[in-house]
Amino acid sequence: MTVHVRTLDELLHAPLEADSDLTTQEYLVNMGPQHPIAHGSLRVVVRLDGETVKEVIPVPGYVHRGVEKMCEHLNYRQVIPYTDRLDYLSAIMNNWAVAKTVETAAGIETNDRIEVIRTIMAELQRLQSHALWWGVTGMDLGAYTAFLYGFREREIIGEIFEETIGARLTMNYIQPGGLMYDIKPDFAAKVKKLLPYLKDCVEQYETLLSGNVIFQERLRNVGIVDGARAVALGCTGPVVRASGVPLDLRATEPYGAYGKVQFNVVVGTVGDCWDRYYVRLEEMRESIRIIEQLIDGIPDGPYSTIRYNVELTLPEGIHYGQVETARGAFGVLIVSDGKREIPYRLHFRSPNFNNLWVVTAMAPGWRIADFISIQSSLDLVIPDIDR
Amino acid sequence: MQFVHTMAAAAATNTTWTPQTLADRAVDSVPHSLWLTAGYFLLAVVGVAALLSFLGMALIYIERKIAAHFQCRLGPTRVGPFGLLQTLADTLKLVFKEDFVPPKADRSLHMLAPFLALLVPVVLLALIPYSPNVQVADLNIGILFITAIGGFGVMGILIAGWSSNNKWSMIGAMRAGAQIISYELSATLALLVVVLFSGTMSLTGIVLSQQEGWWIWRGHAAGFVAFLIYLVASTADLNRTPFDIPEGESELTAGFHTEYSGLRFAFFFLAEFINMFTVSALTATLFLGGWMPFHVGDWTGFNAAMDTIPPGIWFLAKTTAVIFVIMWFRWTFPRLRVDQLMHLEWKVLLPLGFANLFVAAVVVLTELYPFPLGK
Repeated sequence: MTVHVRTLDELLHAPLEADSDLTTQEYLVNMGPQHPIAHGSLRVVVRLDGETVKEVIPVPGYVHRGVEKMCEHLNYRQVIPYTDRLDYLSAIMNNWAVAKTVETAAGIETNDRIEVIRTIMAELQRLQSHALWWGVTGMDLGAYTAFLYGFREREIIGEIFEETIGARLTMNYIQPGGLMYDIKPDFAAKVKKLLPYLKDCVEQYETLLSGNVIFQERLRNVGIVDGARAVALGCTGPVVRASGVPLDLRATEPYGAYGKVQFNVVVGTVGDCWDRYYVRLEEMRESIRIIEQLIDGIPDGPYSTIRYNVELTLPEGIHYGQVETARGAFGVLIVSDGKREIPYRLHFRSPNFNNLWVVTAMAPGWRIADFISIQSSLDLVIPDIDR
Repeated sequence: MQFVHTMAAAAATNTTWTPQTLADRAVDSVPHSLWLTAGYFLLAVVGVAALLSFLGMALIYIERKIAAHFQCRLGPTRVGPFGLLQTLADTLKLVFKEDFVPPKADRSLHMLAPFLALLVPVVLLALIPYSPNVQVADLNIGILFITAIGGFGVMGILIAGWSSNNKWSMIGAMRAGAQIISYELSATLALLVVVLFSGTMSLTGIVLSQQEGWWIWRGHAAGFVAFLIYLVASTADLNRTPFDIPEGESELTAGFHTEYSGLRFAFFFLAEFINMFTVSALTATLFLGGWMPFHVGDWTGFNAAMDTIPPGIWFLAKTTAVIFVIMWFRWTFPRLRVDQLMHLEWKVLLPLGFANLFVAAVVVLTELYPFPLGK
């Protein structure tokens, strides 16, 4: 199979012709880097025939900071804060990916306490991320009120993080061999108190948006992508699960405390925007379930099994590890020369990068407004695409 | 015929209203003093201008407060007591902003468009009967005039989108054109139902015809259906959520007013809010009895108690209620897609409007009112 890769220049200078008897013309518009749907600074060039989207050309790179190159000069503990700044809504899970890869490669043992706390924190952040996504989707579809409801839950979970970690966004929490800080004595009680509230919130989300006829009209059967196509495009996370592929690293290759808890992998049936919406809402319920099972029995033990200042040198070779973030599989590939405590080469496999390109398959043929629904349903975080 | 019937009904009750508009007074004063006539003219102009600026301030403040309470927050609280001066501060900011016209825009049209957009609601403000004695002019073709002038409002938006030389503005303006022209039809069909019921096009006449009961509940189901159609269609005419596709922020950045800033942007903003007021005032006048107090059949004591509330307050309360509903829509619903919007109008509202008009005509011809007009 050959893939013809067209350059941006070729795409932009294709002849603009509309398939209509009237004298009309297709035209190109930039959605972003300065556009409300860009959610940061993603540039998408859209070829339009009136209201109909003919072609979508994503042009990423506006937040490229060369993180992977910078990491070649940092030791593994120093790499962790950089992962916070990729997908900033899955900071803890990104930390975990690096920590897990380094631990596996260097043979560092962790204890149950560390793994349980990591799992609880990761699930809290998944809840936070999905709550924010729900609000932003509402805003993208014109229901601005939803946005503030989403932010409300984000703040409340953010306060839990702040109490333990001291930061709300770039948390730098999960370290190779343990955690940055131990949890506070009342952490479990506070989280337990929060869970019923979050359950109510998910129900509230259902009442506020899910049942709305306009909302359903905007999402149902829009931007359908089947499972095979989604897998071929490298989609992961809720995007691929909505297309009916039960790919969830928490279940397929359990890490942390996921092997000990009961939870369902939520999959969709149609693969449209509505499925991607509903998969995330159900995932919020599953996350609450996971935390409920773990919060009562956080084992005792040290919160780190190695000292902070220990030199971590990975054995020579290629090491890969991945975790399931709120948006899909986040992988870290480390090439080590076995001599220095910094990676020879480091690559992040970010879920958003692959999830982005599925718009090129989904959007053509739909209206401008549907393109908004589609892009919103992918839940993109732009710094994670550009790195 | 119907009109005479209604007038007779009005005369039959205890209270008789003798509305007098500013225009009437001006005409009456001509034989006495031309200065008085000029005074009435001045009062009309100053009154409408004052109302315009007051409504702009008040409605924006109300909208922000209502939005805030729908969204679990407080809204403006810092500028002035309860944040009352927030709108003034925002207006001042807009006044001092650069009046920027994009280099490749059609300069004259670009500058003209906001005034055209504001012209329509200002003209309509003069026609609304606020109370028996507070109205600038009462035209005998009031409804026809309102429909004609209201349809003109889309010109400002189309010109704004066209002259901005921006693709987003252009899409927004074309969407607005298609939307407003389509929904005008349904709105007009709903208005015609009330014209059929009351037998007059004069707004004051319509208010007087509702002395025995408001058209929303006296006109069988037809009155209520017409009210709903008018509410939906006029929300679409206003370009407000769920029909805000001409300026759909997440799609078209700001739609037709993307390239507007400063005072000219403020004009579009003001036009939207004044339009909301005029539409709500018309809804109140046509379906909810305007300034007419709420009366129930033979409950003389109750009716007398209702009569003690001044008509101006009645008008204001009804209008505010409709405004609240329209704001409620905005802070609850997502936005429709453009083809769904057209589908709603041409395949649902328009056939329903025609059917409703037919039912109303049958009701009027057979005089099958559930609440008889004269006693």
